[in-house]
Amino acid sequence: MLLDIDDVTKTYPGADRPVLNGVRLRLDQGDTLALTGESGSGKSTLLHLAGALDRFDGGEITLDGTALSRLDDTGRARLRRRTVALVFQQFNLMPALTVDQNLAFHARLAGRADPAWIDRIRTRLGLDGLGARYPEALSGGQQQRVAIGRALAMRPRLLLADEPTGNLDEDTGAEVLSLMLDLVADTGAALFLVTHSDAIAARAARRLHLHHGRLT
Amino acid sequence: MTRAILLALLAHWRRHPGQALTLVAGLALATALWTAVQAINAEARASYAEANSLLQPARAGTLTAPTGAIPPRTYAALRRAGWQVSPVLEGRLDAGAARVTLLGVDALTYPALPVPDDTADAGNPADVLLPPGRLFADPDTAAALTRADLPPVVPASDMPAGVVLTDIAVADRLLEAGGRLSRILVATDQPAGRPLLSDIAPDLVYRPAEAQAGTEGLTRSFHLNLTAFGLLSFAVGLFIVHGTIGLAFEQRRAILRTLRALGVPARGLALAMFAELLAAGLLAGLAGVGLGYVIAAALLPGVAATLGGLYGADVAGSLALRPGWIAAGLGMALGGVVLAGAHVLWKARDLPVLALTGTEAWRLAGARGLRLQLAAGVALILAGWLAVWLFDGLLAGFACLGGLLLGSALLLAPLLAGLLRIGARLARRPVADWLWSDMRAQLPGLSLALMALLLALATNIGVGTMVSSFRLTFTDWLDRRLSADLYISTEDDSRTEALRQWLIPRAESVLPIRSAALRLGDRPGRVYGVIDDPIYRATWPMVRETPGLWERLSAGEGVIINEQLHFGAGIAPGDDLQLLPGWTLPVVGIYADYGNPDPQAITSLDTLLAHVPDLPDRQLAVRSADPPALAAALRDAFDLPADAIMPQAQIKTLSLGIFDRTFLITGALNLLTLGVAGFAILTSLLTLWTIRLPQLAPAWAMGITRARLAWLEILRAVALAALTALLALPLGLLLAWTLLSVINVEAFGWRLPMYLFPLDWMRLLALALVAAALAALIPALRLRRLPPADLVKVFANVR
Repeated sequence: MLLDIDDVTKTYPGADRPVLNGVRLRLDQGDTLALTGESGSGKSTLLHLAGALDRFDGGEITLDGTALSRLDDTGRARLRRRTVALVFQQFNLMPALTVDQNLAFHARLAGRADPAWIDRIRTRLGLDGLGARYPEALSGGQQQRVAIGRALAMRPRLLLADEPTGNLDEDTGAEVLSLMLDLVADTGAALFLVTHSDAIAARAARRLHLHHGRLT
Repeated sequence: MTRAILLALLAHWRRHPGQALTLVAGLALATALWTAVQAINAEARASYAEANSLLQPARAGTLTAPTGAIPPRTYAALRRAGWQVSPVLEGRLDAGAARVTLLGVDALTYPALPVPDDTADAGNPADVLLPPGRLFADPDTAAALTRADLPPVVPASDMPAGVVLTDIAVADRLLEAGGRLSRILVATDQPAGRPLLSDIAPDLVYRPAEAQAGTEGLTRSFHLNLTAFGLLSFAVGLFIVHGTIGLAFEQRRAILRTLRALGVPARGLALAMFAELLAAGLLAGLAGVGLGYVIAAALLPGVAATLGGLYGADVAGSLALRPGWIAAGLGMALGGVVLAGAHVLWKARDLPVLALTGTEAWRLAGARGLRLQLAAGVALILAGWLAVWLFDGLLAGFACLGGLLLGSALLLAPLLAGLLRIGARLARRPVADWLWSDMRAQLPGLSLALMALLLALATNIGVGTMVSSFRLTFTDWLDRRLSADLYISTEDDSRTEALRQWLIPRAESVLPIRSAALRLGDRPGRVYGVIDDPIYRATWPMVRETPGLWERLSAGEGVIINEQLHFGAGIAPGDDLQLLPGWTLPVVGIYADYGNPDPQAITSLDTLLAHVPDLPDRQLAVRSADPPALAAALRDAFDLPADAIMPQAQIKTLSLGIFDRTFLITGALNLLTLGVAGFAILTSLLTLWTIRLPQLAPAWAMGITRARLAWLEILRAVALAALTALLALPLGLLLAWTLLSVINVEAFGWRLPMYLFPLDWMRLLALALVAAALAALIPALRLRRLPPADLVKVFANVR
């Protein structure tokens, strides 16, 4: 089992009800899972908890055999560095680094930079010739391709994607999603995808819906 | 509508109170330093004006004697010949609690008598003339007149500090002057048909009223230096304001764009922002003037000591609120904020409705700006040097300094970008790679603060090198100049002769110190006569000399001059110098003469006495194998007062003490400027915080801990400060060279050798790094303690 979310609850300070309430979810290597739900339903929160970005109040999350509740800040950072990769709606590239530097950054942090693999990703994502540019000089679609490339260049065991096509037009979004699914399949990583779109959710092997903090 | 626009704009400051504080504090600090300097200058000028009006009344020329003392018969001869003249006796008096300058005047003819604070205190006007007489002094000085045998004191607030005025007969008694006069004032309007001055008093030197070099003239260069320092501090403060206003504008682009989309005209926006800036300027101006008063009050006693030490100018040690510098401070604050915000107002006037938002536009503008900065920086430096090449004078020197400093500040960002690019190329690990690249990306946001740091560091190095070089040179000069072991002063010539006769068999050598006040190169100066002694050849601090100098000097066939006369009158070895009408000698050398603003020359004593026979003989310099024993024996033999014999070491200690006090103000301003620069870095980092988080959050998400990111933030600030300090070093040395070789020559009339002080640089570098680390500490600690939930918000698009 790669990811085991077991009876997890989470309440934000000042909120009158929990954003997540007894959520249970399991994900194996190679699985693709789409999580849908209304705005404020807790989708992104669950994704952040699965990626060891935030802390939960109750239950347990086990990632690659490690219980997250027992990890301190350094342990959680190590896990994010070596096991998990993230793709966000806002791209969140490193503005100071060029496209090539962004592509290789996470892989180099994880100590798994493979120039041949990064070259292949760059070509597959249609980023050849853009390597020396800075993110601000790219279109939204190009930036999201770089974000996907950065995530997959380190060969993660789990890829977490939060509305990865939310800032793109329909055609570009579909194209970017296809590329991401292909590359995920190539690496054998598991994909946990959060989206509003039923069409995008339909591309994943499994689909879950979150409503008022509970999975349905 | 205006109210709605203002409310929308002000909402930004409510949301970012730190930025609002930075804006007001930066401008207030800049205004405070400027105001402090202006307040000090105004106080000093007021003191000079007061002193000059009493010590040297306007519209009166002066007659002085080369020997320093005018016999009363000369004065009487002038009066008999119909000249409208007034006698003055001036001397230092031990008045009990303090030593004061006692000015004895003829109350009936002196043109600038003080007005008593309370006429009842003055009593009958005749009391001034009749024994025991009256002393006029300002209330503070009056309080120090505690000696029992002094006449009654009349407080007069228009008297300068440290000066006491009385009738000449009273002054003659108190100073034991024996009827001698110090000078004779000559009214500008004189009756017709009187004989020529040169016929009645051929030995006296006449200086017309317009040629008087008052205290203010002597200290002009010092105040110009202070003003330059104040301006520099103001400029450093404006960097803070400029950066804050710029960042606020970029952060408010979204609001501005929305307002424009809602139909607010660009002009209306610009006007609203202008009003906002003026309000900030007024607030900061008031705070700055208040703070400036506090700083000035703290620094003024040091400045007063400096001016007293350097020029003998008395400045009151307390500060008065003067409308002039208050208005100037407020004006500078308002002008400064408009100047610093001009680019923002210009942008707002032309802001397109679909402008880029946030930092993207800023970053792009920054990249474009680097090339422009490079060109402008080079142009400013060249313009500064051109000013020195084309024009003479202090203003040209300061133009050169200004061009050098501002030009270098503009060159900083392009140079740093280059260095950081090299660093990024050399980096091997991913975090190092990111660090270098990120520093380069941060430059547009930090460059103004770094410019402020560059200026502060360069000024510290430059001024520090100048002061330390000066001190080293001054110490060496003292060693050479004070080559005798004991310096003896007496009250009359006969006693000096008796001492000389007693000393000759007991000392290694006995040297006379005798001089005449003569005009040298159109300025009042002093000519010393020396005897031939090997000590002069061995130690006199010559700057330039010609072959056979001392032989020609001893033979009365040459004169050596100080640097002030050399630079001031353009006289060099080989030229002839007229000492008196009919007495001209060739210049055979130039010597260093620090701490004295006047021209000076030295020739053989015999020759000087041949032309000015009645020179007072009241000082001796003595060389001895055992100075303490000789001094003790001398005191026993002649019953000399304690201060009649001054050992060389004591004079050196006194001189170095005066020197160190002189540069106290410079040190204080240096430290304040560095403090402002440190504050600039802190405020830049704090204002950048809001745009910094989205840049750091991805690195955190990819597995770099908050603790490590916090350390990297500190490292980044320290590295940028270190690189800036690296660039500040050559700039500081260039500044020191300019100060020593251009400004000093213009201001004081001497050129100083430049010494290097690497240990001082290391100390300053460490201080800069500590300042940068401290400035980065607050944002770093904030990052270290930031809850993950807040970092996650960056990705959740909540921000």
